[in-house]
Amino acid sequence: MKTLKINDVILRTISRIVVFIILTFGVYLFLSGHNTPGGGFIGGLVLASAIVLLYLSTDIETVQKSLPLDFKYVAAVGVLLATATGFGSILFGVPFMSQTFAYFDLPIFGVTELTTVTIFEAGVALTVVGVLVTIILSISEDGG
Amino acid sequence: MNNLIVLPLIIPIMVGIILVFLRPYVKLQRAISLITMIGIAVVSIFTLNRIQTDGIIRLDFAGWQPPFGILFVADSFAMLLVLTASIVTAICLIHAFSSIGERHEKMYFYPFVLFLVAGVNGSFLTGDLFNLFVCFEVMLLASYVLITLGGTKPQLRESIKYVVINILASWFFLVALAYLYGTVGTLNMAHISERVAEAGQGPLLTTISILFLIVFSLKAGLLLFFWLPGSYSVPPTAVAALFGALLTKVGIYALFRTFTLIFYHDPLISQTLIGIMAGITLIVGCIGAIAFKDVRLIVSYNVVIAVGFILIGLAVGTETSIAGSIYYIIHDMIAKAMLFLLAGTMIYLTGKSKIDEMSGLIRNYPLFGWMFFLVTCSLAGIPPLSGFVGKILVGQGAIESGSYVLLTLAFLSSIVVLYSLLRIFLNTIFGETIISLEDEKPMKMGMIIPIVLLGIATISLGLGAEFLSGYVADAAHTLSNPSVYIDAVMGGDK
Amino acid sequence: METLIIMLIGILVAVATYLILSRNIIRIILGTAVFSHAVHLLILTMGGLKQGNVPLLKEADAPYADALPQALILTAIVISFAVTAFILVLAYRTYQDVGTEDLDELRGAKNE
Repeated sequence: MKTLKINDVILRTISRIVVFIILTFGVYLFLSGHNTPGGGFIGGLVLASAIVLLYLSTDIETVQKSLPLDFKYVAAVGVLLATATGFGSILFGVPFMSQTFAYFDLPIFGVTELTTVTIFEAGVALTVVGVLVTIILSISEDGG
Repeated sequence: MNNLIVLPLIIPIMVGIILVFLRPYVKLQRAISLITMIGIAVVSIFTLNRIQTDGIIRLDFAGWQPPFGILFVADSFAMLLVLTASIVTAICLIHAFSSIGERHEKMYFYPFVLFLVAGVNGSFLTGDLFNLFVCFEVMLLASYVLITLGGTKPQLRESIKYVVINILASWFFLVALAYLYGTVGTLNMAHISERVAEAGQGPLLTTISILFLIVFSLKAGLLLFFWLPGSYSVPPTAVAALFGALLTKVGIYALFRTFTLIFYHDPLISQTLIGIMAGITLIVGCIGAIAFKDVRLIVSYNVVIAVGFILIGLAVGTETSIAGSIYYIIHDMIAKAMLFLLAGTMIYLTGKSKIDEMSGLIRNYPLFGWMFFLVTCSLAGIPPLSGFVGKILVGQGAIESGSYVLLTLAFLSSIVVLYSLLRIFLNTIFGETIISLEDEKPMKMGMIIPIVLLGIATISLGLGAEFLSGYVADAAHTLSNPSVYIDAVMGGDK
Repeated sequence: METLIIMLIGILVAVATYLILSRNIIRIILGTAVFSHAVHLLILTMGGLKQGNVPLLKEADAPYADALPQALILTAIVISFAVTAFILVLAYRTYQDVGTEDLDELRGAKNE
């Protein structure tokens, strides 16, 4: 009895393009979180969904070769980044988790506002990506 | 230097994350986690002394003024509990070094213990109700992981029930928070207290207070303790000791804080209802402690009895009885940790868990046997050990306010505690020795040292009760007079 | 508007209660997820619906919508996501090890 091979040509072709679109959208959501809806959590979720789409369209080994990250450590780095931002303000003598911002003149972007909240949000995004991909991977490696 | 009081929350989290990266180096993990817990204990002693001189210490996160921002408020009650929690965790960690086993230590055991302690410390220190919810969840998530670490069938079975019940309790907490926010418009505990006092505790606020009572009773094990015996008898010894000593105390702390600071206007709820619940908890806990033969179940029902006794102190409501409850919480954290460690070590040494299958351990392990006798006397409240001061003060408060029913129940429960532990003692420690001297397992140093340390702690807590009385009196004074807390938080910068 | 949402929350809580009281673990977890949605809607309703402008000082004038419930709901969603993920994996692991997802068979040790 021949087992039916699933024809996933459409999935693979589309996901080659769609992954980049989703990644761009994720980065946009992350960066616009300061003044409009968005932020670290939802940016991280969308970024994680892009990575999970990669896992779905190809198999785990291929993705592991191209993204040689252990996602548990990604999550740990994220939490460390977020708490270090809060802890760093202790080292400056201000209350815990104080944030500050300043305007810088960057070459391409012009006058931009850079804040320390973005570092905190980056930590949150990394944590979300790490946790989500770890969960999906651990369930998928277990079962058939 | 107000940032000092956030250290008990943030240092365990950061160290726990660093330990995630050090996964294969077990000995390094052990050393770092023990040093962290001892460091937190030192910080809390320092902060406790500063509170006596400077008053309540308050840290506004990111500089946002209360009532708009999240804040940490360290009064004597919170710092005493943080100190005891750190010491108990450090000692349980010493036991875990020899009892958990390397396979589980490599599965991120120490990071999750540190996250648990971070959640517990955060719950004790916070001054904002939603932050209390978040710290509860941090603590609970770490406890879900710790209770299932190992993955044996009994663990999986009990942990499903434990997790589902705690998830429901968390959502009820959110419902209560939503209603409270809709009614008073703020989440800062001191500000809520001011607004509730202004508005008067009408029927709406009383209903909300009952909702909070249900949530915190589910966490503390007051009347709604049906999950407790199952969940505390399956995890490994050090984990069970941490749970028995720390987790219910966070629920008790939340009950004390809400019903002395926010909802103290209606004695029908804060005294009568809690008194009835505490009384029934005591009765059912006593029945449970006598009924079973499994050592872990007897010890879990002793946790229930202790919760009932502490809440009698709250229900009576005088400053003396609250001071007695505070003494008793500190004593109970130490003594219950010791009792759980003893029970777990007993099961490890004999391989059996029922008290009629073990006997005569006094000949094989004499120090162990006498430590069990010490904890029996301590929990029963025999002077000069630590349980005595708490029981006397609670009894005095009960006589002062005329709650003779609760007084009788409290003292009858002491007798039942003594009986249940003595039953274990006579059956397993005394009696005919059935394990011959060649067959006996050698007692690991790492298992008996933490038990001895906790024994020394309970003796010194009993003898040094006078030394602690300054701190405990200050804590009871803050709990009985909400205006002290409110002035420290809302009174502007110092 | 609030009345309508409160009725919706009531329906969600009823559905969640029915699911939580069932024998199958997956249904219980679904019930907790539905209950969490009801609770998030409740927090949103408590902030007042359709009552103000965008809570940004330079973009609109007073009265502003209440910004705090939105932050509370975001935090609550994150926590509920983590907890639901954990209990789903736990239920899956229990099903693999114990072989059943019927809660009646997970009753407890026989000696009690």
